[in-house]
Amino acid sequence: MKWLAALPFLALVVGMFFANRTEPYVLGLPFILFWTVLWVVLTSVIMFIVYKTDPVNRGGDRS
Amino acid sequence: MNSALIVILLFLLLSIYLGLQARRGKTMNLEQWSTGGRSFGTLFVFLLSAGEIYTTFTFLGGSGWAYGKGGPAFYILWYGALAYILSYWMLPAIWRYAKQHNLLSQSDFFVAKYNSPALGVLVSLIGIIAMIPYLVTQLKGLGAIMEIASYGSISSTLAVWIGVIAVTIYVMASGVHGTAWTAVLKDGLVLVVVVFLGIYLPVHYYGGIGQMFHAIDQAKPGYLALPATGNSVYWFISTVLLTALGFYTWPHAFQAVYTAKNEQTFRRNAMVFPLYQLILLFVFFVGFAAILTVKPPLQGSAGDNSLLILSVQTFPKWVVGLIGASGLLCAIVPGSMLLMTSATMISKNLYKVINPKASEESVSRLAHYLVPVVALVALYFTFNGQTIVALLLMGYSLVTQFFPAIVFSFMKRNPITKWGAIFGILAGELVVAYTTITSKTVGLLLPFMPQWVKDLNIGIVAMVINLVVTFAVSAFTRGAGAQARTAINA
Repeated sequence: MKWLAALPFLALVVGMFFANRTEPYVLGLPFILFWTVLWVVLTSVIMFIVYKTDPVNRGGDRS
Repeated sequence: MNSALIVILLFLLLSIYLGLQARRGKTMNLEQWSTGGRSFGTLFVFLLSAGEIYTTFTFLGGSGWAYGKGGPAFYILWYGALAYILSYWMLPAIWRYAKQHNLLSQSDFFVAKYNSPALGVLVSLIGIIAMIPYLVTQLKGLGAIMEIASYGSISSTLAVWIGVIAVTIYVMASGVHGTAWTAVLKDGLVLVVVVFLGIYLPVHYYGGIGQMFHAIDQAKPGYLALPATGNSVYWFISTVLLTALGFYTWPHAFQAVYTAKNEQTFRRNAMVFPLYQLILLFVFFVGFAAILTVKPPLQGSAGDNSLLILSVQTFPKWVVGLIGASGLLCAIVPGSMLLMTSATMISKNLYKVINPKASEESVSRLAHYLVPVVALVALYFTFNGQTIVALLLMGYSLVTQFFPAIVFSFMKRNPITKWGAIFGILAGELVVAYTTITSKTVGLLLPFMPQWVKDLNIGIVAMVINLVVTFAVSAFTRGAGAQARTAINA
């Protein structure tokens, strides 16, 4: 599951070539800004999945 | 005295109080002072890191970029998100190693990993050269914010002095504990103020956020996306990737990692941080709102004041006071961390190396007394710094050059030697210094290249040369390093 974390990098390196545009507006935001915000939110979601499936995080706090 | 000023001063007093009470019940040895005794839970570690995101640079610069450059400003949202992904794996490893080896500063990390106090001295010197201009930007921002938000009744010079004295007092007394406590106040206030401004201003002036963007696109077609050359998509991607690498290589960000109680903290923060970063979206909204409403238009770096000028033009004095107070906190929280980190490095990684017989008490005492000294140096450059502008642009690129030596040190068998690290970092820094001071771009260095290569962030060149030198020197010095390692293991 940790390979999911590569997706935001792809969304930048590949995606920006397609997302660099003002139209269409989504939720009132120009497309490039919507794409940016979408991936910031998805990054949090992806890191949540990574956290939940990472065996290191089982068994509570270790210090 | 106007009501804006009263609000700002109340928050100033509150932050000094919080900073001072933070030391209660602690014996302030150097470990407590600089790493909080490695006792901080998720919230404090979170807020210490957030301290680096919401500085006066983001507050004024983020809106300034949206105002003055449009679409290219969005890179700020991207690099944070990508840096947090890296943090999930990087920070627990750094923390674990720091705890095992009782590290206090970032330079300690290099000294321990590469078994080389010389590398520690090099990293400290570069770190200080990068951090002082960072501190100066905070102070200049503080001056501008307080002068505008107090309607001129506090001059920017006086504001800077007040801010510096406040920070010096609580850093000397409480170290990183003081920073953590004032960070609670800061993030609480900034969150409320920025979200309010980011929604209210577009609605008030344009009837909504969507309407605002349509109006801007009509007045300045293409302004909201990236241009075809210059700050193009290639510039955007290379800049985001480079700045993401540099995010945690700042000495003060690195040292903040040591304060955590356990390594779970970082993995948990990596989930929340990207979302939390969206506060920046509202900072952008303010900058965009100013585009068609501030008359006459602000030119060049004056765009950094767009948030403040639009606020003064729109709100009653007490609201401006709250905005001024947020700006004040945005300067003094990172400022305190920078002061403390510089003082720790000078004392532990420079003074102690020159004078190995110095006792722990004297190193700790010196670190405390260095706080006002570093503060005075920063003040000097704040009031007399013309050349400092060149250094400012350089700071981020300087610390980014530490990244290879940090990451490779975590591989099972480190492919680079201490000499590789030393010469690689030096080579990278020389390229950074040369290209910044002579304002070279890739286009100027390599005029025969296609346009997309010319648009790449110049830092890429420095990073490539750094890597080449690192591996070349490592290949030549590998034998000596291996012998030294066997000697240690035996």
